[in-house]
Amino acid sequence: MATKKFMFVNRKAPYGTVYALESLEVVLISAAFDQDVSLAFIDDGVYQITKGQDTTTIGQKNFSKAYKALGDYDISKLYVEKESLAERGLTQDDLMDLVWEDEDDDWAEKSSIIIVSREEMAAIMAEQEVTLSF
Amino acid sequence: MKYTVMINEGPYQHQSSDTALQFVRAALEKGHEIFRVFFYHDGVNNGTRLSVPPADDRLLQKEWSELGLEHGLDLVICIAAAQRRGLMDESEAKRQGLDADNIIEGFRISGLGQLIEGGIQSDRTIVFGD
Repeated sequence: MATKKFMFVNRKAPYGTVYALESLEVVLISAAFDQDVSLAFIDDGVYQITKGQDTTTIGQKNFSKAYKALGDYDISKLYVEKESLAERGLTQDDLMDLVWEDEDDDWAEKSSIIIVSREEMAAIMAEQEVTLSF
Repeated sequence: MKYTVMINEGPYQHQSSDTALQFVRAALEKGHEIFRVFFYHDGVNNGTRLSVPPADDRLLQKEWSELGLEHGLDLVICIAAAQRRGLMDESEAKRQGLDADNIIEGFRISGLGQLIEGGIQSDRTIVFGD
């Protein structure tokens, strides 16, 4: 089957609506199709990968740990928009340490998080063949 | 051109089902191919046969169903999203031990892989949603 550039655009906070959780379900399925997959986190979507999420008082499943498994599925390009972080008073230090292992570099652990400007994000999006936004 | 269409919002609550329906009709009229229509999130509710809107309103599920049957469209409801929201076909209801099914004719229930496959096989994938 052909390989295409798939991008999953995450725009919403992890809780409050089901978009983030169901987006992650699509992302994990896509891994089985051997495509060139990347994720974008913009607007409130940046909250999806923040550290220290605790859902005990809202009675919902904390699915944030699932993002840590993305590297094991060869999903290693997580583009995070710099302006969206800054507008929310966040920096990369507030994000989970999401990594992948590079088999071409003796399985060295590398960060999956790529901070890009809004302008760079637009250019990356323009290169995609299939863009699904959530 | 070959299109896959994704619908992420429920009927009536949101414009996306109406807009997608109009898009699919227009694309077919222009001679384009609709490879698949994939219903996700609350979009799965476009596939219930139990909606009863007021008499002077459109019945979106029936419009999808009729358009699908007329053109042989592949209308797919995501199984994971459907199970959360109580959308069942006969075999799934039986498998879950439930006493009713509610899917309208012309739709089928299948997995998320159908969406990814649609993206791979189509020239364009268009998302209708919030």
